[in-house]
Amino acid sequence: MYSQGLIGADGRTEETEDFLAAFQRRMDAEEKIEPNDAMPEGYRRTLVRQIGQHAHSEIVGMLPEGNWITRAPSLKRKAALLAKVQDEGGHGLYLYSAAETLGVTREQMTEELLSGKAKYSSIFNYPTLSWADIGIIGWLVDGAAIMNQIPLCRCSYGPYARAMIRVCREESFHQRQGYELCLTLSRGTEAQKAMLQDALDRWWWPCLMMFGPHDGDSLHSDQSMAWKIKRFSNDDLRQKFIDATVPQGEYLGLTFPDPELKWNEEKGGYDHGPIDWEEFWRVVKGGGQMNRDRITARKKAWDEGAWVREAALVHAEKRRARQLAAE
Amino acid sequence: MAPDLELFDAVLELADDHLVLGHRLSEWCGHAPMLEEDLALPNMALDLIGTARTLYDHAGRLEGQGRDEDTLAYLRGDRAYRNLLLVERENGDFAHTMLRQLYFSAFMHPYWEAALGSSDAVISGVAGKAVKEMAYHIRHAAEWVIRLGDGTEESARRMGAAVDALHLYTPELFEEGAAAGCDALPARAAMRGAFDSTIAQVFAEAGLCVPEVAYPPSGGRRGLHGEELGPMLAEMQSLHRAHPGALW
Ligand SMILES: [Fe+2]
Ligand SMILES: [Fe+2]
Repeated sequence: MYSQGLIGADGRTEETEDFLAAFQRRMDAEEKIEPNDAMPEGYRRTLVRQIGQHAHSEIVGMLPEGNWITRAPSLKRKAALLAKVQDEGGHGLYLYSAAETLGVTREQMTEELLSGKAKYSSIFNYPTLSWADIGIIGWLVDGAAIMNQIPLCRCSYGPYARAMIRVCREESFHQRQGYELCLTLSRGTEAQKAMLQDALDRWWWPCLMMFGPHDGDSLHSDQSMAWKIKRFSNDDLRQKFIDATVPQGEYLGLTFPDPELKWNEEKGGYDHGPIDWEEFWRVVKGGGQMNRDRITARKKAWDEGAWVREAALVHAEKRRARQLAAE
Repeated sequence: MAPDLELFDAVLELADDHLVLGHRLSEWCGHAPMLEEDLALPNMALDLIGTARTLYDHAGRLEGQGRDEDTLAYLRGDRAYRNLLLVERENGDFAHTMLRQLYFSAFMHPYWEAALGSSDAVISGVAGKAVKEMAYHIRHAAEWVIRLGDGTEESARRMGAAVDALHLYTPELFEEGAAAGCDALPARAAMRGAFDSTIAQVFAEAGLCVPEVAYPPSGGRRGLHGEELGPMLAEMQSLHRAHPGALW
């Protein structure tokens, strides 16, 4: 899962005009850039940051859903949720590998996550308070991730584009599974229906924020567009998401927590009320309810696993030494 | 199908072993020492929970009272659970978790191999799938027991502590329980040779000693558990029990 518009891209670059123009020609011809190709430093930096944020989002995203694995209300749902959270870990792994082709290590990226230097999608800084959150996250959070990620399958950087193809396939499975969970709740008891509505009320606005700030307020977007890292603006993707999602919610008998949400025949899409950007920036800057807990949980796993990782290295070293001695 | 309560009890024991251990492994998800293990632990948990589901479903049919997998898993209290004490032990550190997994799979691999020829088609079907899964669990757990036993001073100390804490639960693996006299299931005592040889081989490479067990605990098969199963089931069953009759 993932993702929101890249937070704090820095596309500044210092190459010669000729070099940049030649690179831009490759972009315009839709050529794929591979790890050993020459690339502007700003392009590399932007990608490291974006892929890193994306990978961290997958990893931190395991926590809110993981919160319900041990309480899943049926064995079938327990297995499905476990498999889903495992998929997200797998996405993290491919993405770290894609970022490593740009000359950073997974350890460096992990340290940046744990120190708070690297960001991850702010959606994961909200708590999962009921079982319905598991359905809503699959349907809406994975759904929003897909909207963001489908265009990334055509990203100019080859390893990232290829990782996204595999990731998107799994995300769409997660989305269908999440919607089916919601559908089951919507046909269930009054308590289950109320649980589902409550979950939508809490997650709807944060999901719209996943697409990032309005186009006018989004820095460095133009450079990412020119470099074919980004294909659509934040607002365009958000609109597509709303247009696809509202009818699905109505089918479930749900009410969206936005009195201004209504179909606009003229534009062929839904109008919606104002997004609370103050809340968005508060959560991005670390002030969300779960920011601290998420990083603390990751740090705890990392610190408590240090002796295991160290033992694995030392053992491999001993093995090599024994093998050499035997030869 | 005519009810077969003897086989029902025996299949339920097996199902409980798999669900409880699968649940324990699932508690690691998102908190493992490295990302690779965040993928491997849920993998093993999924194998175990998958086997438990088939066995519960089968048990429900053998009983003939209309209890399905979720009724059996979610609506029995800890005194009605029939799992081994070994599998309900808390995860502890990574050394404990991997050693517990090694003990269980080193027993279950030959067990399922013997069950391949069961007269009960569901059992032999489960065995066909589980035998491959258990071979992988042995491999994965054994690699870690060796790495940790023969790693750093700290990891060797932790691995030794895990052996001290868990080895005493292994004799219960061989107790017959409700399966005594069920032709459809292998005799558990017959797994002794294969189990001992797997453990001896892994421990030798890991630099670990097989301890003598003076007073092996037992009682899981009679519903006499330790203190850790009750809280585990309370958590696992909480949502299901809060909404009687709801479908999920
Ligand atoms: Fe994902
Ligand atoms: Fe996903």
